[in-house]
Amino acid sequence: MKKKSFLDFVSENRFIHIILSIILGLVVGALFLVIMGLRVDAVYGKLIESVSSIKGLSNVIVYAIPYIVAGLSVAFSFRTGVFNIGAEGQFVMGTMGAAVVGILLPDLPSVILVPLCFLAAMVVGAAWGIIVGILKTKRGINEVLSMIMFNWIAFYLSNFIAGLPAIKNEGNAEATKNIADNAIIRFPKEMTQALGVDKTFNWGFILALALAIIVWLIIEKTTLGYELKAVGYNKYAAEYGGINVDRSILTALAISGALAGLAGALHLMGRSTRIPIFPAQEGFGFAGIVVALIGCSNPFGVYIAGLFYGALMYGGTRLTLVGASSQLINVIVGTVVFFIAISVIFSNLKYLRRKPQSADKTTDATGKKG
Amino acid sequence: MTGIINSLGILLYATLVYTPPLLYAALGSCFSEVSGVVNIGIEGMMTVGAFTGATVAFFTGNPWIGFLCAGLAGMLFGLLHAIATVKLGADQTIAGTAINMLGPGVAIMIAMVLFNSTDTEPLLNAKLPRLFTTVFDKNTVLGRFLDNVFAQYASTYLVFFVVILVWFIFYKTRFGLRLRACGEHPKACETLGINVIRTRFICVCISGLLAGLGGACVTMAISNQFRPISIVGQGFIAIAAVIFGKFKPQGALLGCLLFGFCSGLKVVLGDSSGVNMQLLSMIPYVVTVIVLILFVGKSHVPSANGKPYVKAK
Repeated sequence: MKKKSFLDFVSENRFIHIILSIILGLVVGALFLVIMGLRVDAVYGKLIESVSSIKGLSNVIVYAIPYIVAGLSVAFSFRTGVFNIGAEGQFVMGTMGAAVVGILLPDLPSVILVPLCFLAAMVVGAAWGIIVGILKTKRGINEVLSMIMFNWIAFYLSNFIAGLPAIKNEGNAEATKNIADNAIIRFPKEMTQALGVDKTFNWGFILALALAIIVWLIIEKTTLGYELKAVGYNKYAAEYGGINVDRSILTALAISGALAGLAGALHLMGRSTRIPIFPAQEGFGFAGIVVALIGCSNPFGVYIAGLFYGALMYGGTRLTLVGASSQLINVIVGTVVFFIAISVIFSNLKYLRRKPQSADKTTDATGKKG
Repeated sequence: MTGIINSLGILLYATLVYTPPLLYAALGSCFSEVSGVVNIGIEGMMTVGAFTGATVAFFTGNPWIGFLCAGLAGMLFGLLHAIATVKLGADQTIAGTAINMLGPGVAIMIAMVLFNSTDTEPLLNAKLPRLFTTVFDKNTVLGRFLDNVFAQYASTYLVFFVVILVWFIFYKTRFGLRLRACGEHPKACETLGINVIRTRFICVCISGLLAGLGGACVTMAISNQFRPISIVGQGFIAIAAVIFGKFKPQGALLGCLLFGFCSGLKVVLGDSSGVNMQLLSMIPYVVTVIVLILFVGKSHVPSANGKPYVKAK
């Protein structure tokens, strides 16, 4: 057997591709900084500095939680053959579901209120996914189309609910009331001070890990996951094999929607504690797509990708201090995703060493014959 | 009666203001999707066009150079998408997502360099021109109505010509036949000597061009400057309009008009009815879903849509 060279290793390892993509993303980001006349070392230094303290790191984790769970939602949909571009709307509705419970039932003890908020978010998020699923299975309406519509309906519905007298902030803030203290899942104040972490540090990161494990178990170890994946690969074959395709699509969208809703609840109950009246879509669901892509739709990959994304997002908020725009992060992440899309070029690295021979020639010959 | 005619005039005016950006982008999306390449990067390409148009027009003082450059800038990002998806066989959704992040990122960063702000400077005299502004007598009810309907920006008139042009290309030219075939059965095309890769490559570039023009309509006609919130979801709505219109340019026209009309309805009702604005803003989306449920139903997606084409060995 042939010994594997370094180039073979690089070209076959998916993880390496991601790392290379990230490096290239940073390089392109640096190019833009040069064009803008900024010092690359100063800006990247700031980026690293802002996430390397305990406080910074805790902020990264807090930022990452909703991205991770939204990423799990999208990853789950990718694995089951649906493209959940509707995670955005499910996230928004889930957040609102949790907020309504958290605002209207302030007297319940935490033990009941917190799970109730989670439940509300999951039910509303799942419902938002199922509506799209029903439109698809019963009326044949393209799910991407209806998801885009329902993202916007969710956006305006959330703004409408946030403006209702029972929900709206009494002060001048264009936002909902704060949810009850009992619904907030942050670490107790003494604990955050003792650990030196940010005051928004919360239990969400453990929950997100638990969710990653659950999603992994569902996809890899259960009959349900097997059926959903089968429908994703080839729904005709799955149907022939006795799987109820329509029900599978609905189940997949419900689970994906519930996860996106839960992501919203975690964001609300850990970090934001109230919902603003949005001027524009906040994009957590769309970020979920990116995180799922960087994490290769693997639940644990998504967890790490979410942390990476959270680090960039949190670091990005600090960039204005050194004169750079937080848009730099979009350019970096966009480039990373772009190179992940064309990671086939990394797979071709192994051909660098070999002389161009047979394979290429035959393609040319047949290609030109036509 | 006068009030009704006035409202109707405003409604039609608003419809014709909201429709063109969507329509340009939707026609672009048609090219890409029908040739077999999913392009959710339309949104990012619109943003780039919106920024470039407003910027170039500001510096040159000539709206048409700005408009053209907007198309070219969109095309540049279309080229990026084409290289990734058509040449390198990348996952089309992933590449499109990347474009959607890169577009606004690059646009806003360059805005920071040129204007020291995330917004561009307002165009004072370099907006796209409005046609027929002096033809109608605004002192009569009928004149006001006609003025509302016909005194539109040049880009609005242009887009309806583009619809006809795209329809003609799709159904009356050899290239159109080929691009439709590439989206249905690329292998069969290849056996007949059609260069699938080249056809798709051109189509994706055209989709970027048209999306860029659509973006420019927003910043050079509807408003007079680029802001980070200039393009917020119009690209996705355009894609939705194409699916709604069953991947046909004439269908996309209907989809965009429906959407534009509902947006106009929102404006007219918002002025007069006192209904909550957030609820009114839902109208276009809710109506689209209802129309889909009642009348449209299943949309035939081009069979090879989304599948990278690899030449047979």
